[in-house]
Amino acid sequence: MWKYVLKKILLAVPVLLGITIIDYAIMSLAGSPLDMMVGPRVSEAALASRAAQWGLDQPVYVQYWNWLMELLHGNLGYSYKSYQPVAELIGSHVGPTLLLMGVSMVLGLLIAVPAGIYSAVHRYEKRDYAVVSASFLFSSIPGFFLSLILIYFLNVRLGLLPSSGMSTAGTGGDALDIIRHLIMPSIVLAVGVAGGNIRYIRSAVLEILEMDYLRTARAKGMGRKIVIRRHALRNALLPIVTVIGMQIPTLFGGAVIVEQMFSWPGLGLVTMSAVTGRDYPVIMGVCLLSAVVVLASNLLTDILYAVVDPTIKY
Amino acid sequence: MKNKTHFGMIARRFLKHKMAVVCLVLLVILIVLALLAPVIAPYSPTKPSGKFSSPPTAEHILGTDKIGRDMYSRILYATQVSLEVGFLATLISTVVGVVLGLISGYFGGAVDKAIMSFTDMVMSFPYILLVLVAAAIFQPGKWSIILILGFVDWPGVARLVRGNVLSLRETNFVKSDITSGMPRRYILFSEILPNTIAPVLVYATSVFALSILDEAALSYLGMGVQPPTPSLGNLLNGAESLSVLTGKPWLWVPAGAVIILLVMCINFVGDALRDALDPRNE
Repeated sequence: MWKYVLKKILLAVPVLLGITIIDYAIMSLAGSPLDMMVGPRVSEAALASRAAQWGLDQPVYVQYWNWLMELLHGNLGYSYKSYQPVAELIGSHVGPTLLLMGVSMVLGLLIAVPAGIYSAVHRYEKRDYAVVSASFLFSSIPGFFLSLILIYFLNVRLGLLPSSGMSTAGTGGDALDIIRHLIMPSIVLAVGVAGGNIRYIRSAVLEILEMDYLRTARAKGMGRKIVIRRHALRNALLPIVTVIGMQIPTLFGGAVIVEQMFSWPGLGLVTMSAVTGRDYPVIMGVCLLSAVVVLASNLLTDILYAVVDPTIKY
Repeated sequence: MKNKTHFGMIARRFLKHKMAVVCLVLLVILIVLALLAPVIAPYSPTKPSGKFSSPPTAEHILGTDKIGRDMYSRILYATQVSLEVGFLATLISTVVGVVLGLISGYFGGAVDKAIMSFTDMVMSFPYILLVLVAAAIFQPGKWSIILILGFVDWPGVARLVRGNVLSLRETNFVKSDITSGMPRRYILFSEILPNTIAPVLVYATSVFALSILDEAALSYLGMGVQPPTPSLGNLLNGAESLSVLTGKPWLWVPAGAVIILLVMCINFVGDALRDALDPRNE
């Protein structure tokens, strides 16, 4: 088991390196961040000294190599905009994003898992069609449009919930206040999570329901409910674990847009402003972090597989 | 003759899904309306033709935007642009995915390893990040968004095709081709490719739906199709302002509804297609 985990981690290193190379290549195709500084009041000399300070006067592969070497020393560089260390900038924004993603994932699965199972158990009945249609609707609503609708009804019309930020300005932001701010963005993300997964869980459960051991259990005279609860659901855990692993990159992508909509002070907001301002060190930092998270969640999925299904041995 | 009955069987299975049939009809209507936009749109989509921000009237059935352009005409053209972006992005990613998947699955070995680890790399990337970075970097516009989406969505197709090729390679008809010394080109394109078309087609419908959603999100954020060219995403661009959100619903509700309708119909049709093409169904 440990050997397997170690092997997986070692295999992930070249993938990570590859991702950073692709990132760097795309960014340097973009043109220089100095373009953003050019203006009537900025002299040639100032630009040249900036370029030298940031190492932008060197060839791209040298820049990449320098970045990589700094990274190995634990230094992600400094933001071109705020001059803050990138690690600090990311560290101070990662919390809200994790909170948002975590709550949305749990909420989404709380909708998707029961709905998927319900739909599978009642296959080809009206309620099955209703659940499946709802899941299609969920995965067809653009996140930003759902955000607009929620803001319109819950904020503007009914005045129930705040529509931007993480806490009310001027207050310290107690738990209740944060929860009130969290509701709308997490609903938007959870609807996305639920939409795709209801059908996935439905078909996974359907497959299990046709297994021989379930037929045996039923043939023994066990009640339908007990068969489903005791045998089917336990085996449906495996696909559910897979779903969680697959969800993370999508969820992060969704978070970028939702954070923009609700001014949620997380990594997505930092990313958007870094992207529009060509703040390379920050973009590289976020890309690296997200790649690590994705690879780590893949690994975790594999390990959880072994925990949930004792027949899997590594 | 055999082909005809095979097609008939698929059509029969498809027709059993009533929701999908309704969606297919709706989809065809939307596509025809979008394609005929230059003929049926009452006004120019980019030139003012009425009062500023007028609510729906007899002349402007969906009202006008803040500089007096007819919203109905703009939505027709926007649907055309969004469909075009979605379709071309899907076409590119499908072609790239099929080619890489075929090569990877058929040749195996080091080629397979190289292609698949590249696929893993692109897949383990939160791809909205890649799209955002790329969109910020290349001049945003219709063609860059098509290329970006096209080159981001292919890994799923590549994996699907590779898996299919691997299992087809073990079938007797391909084995007999190999032993009888058929040229590789023949085996790949005349034997293996036709047998992977059905799952690829089904997958392509979901890529199509996703591309339309992604185009809308990016254009909404101002990184996709640029005004004055209308797209379903950038029509919603102004909706963030409170006065539009509360006082001028005709500026944002119809465009959003069209996106939902398009994407949902494509998803339903794709789902029914999956059922109809699945050889295990009787």
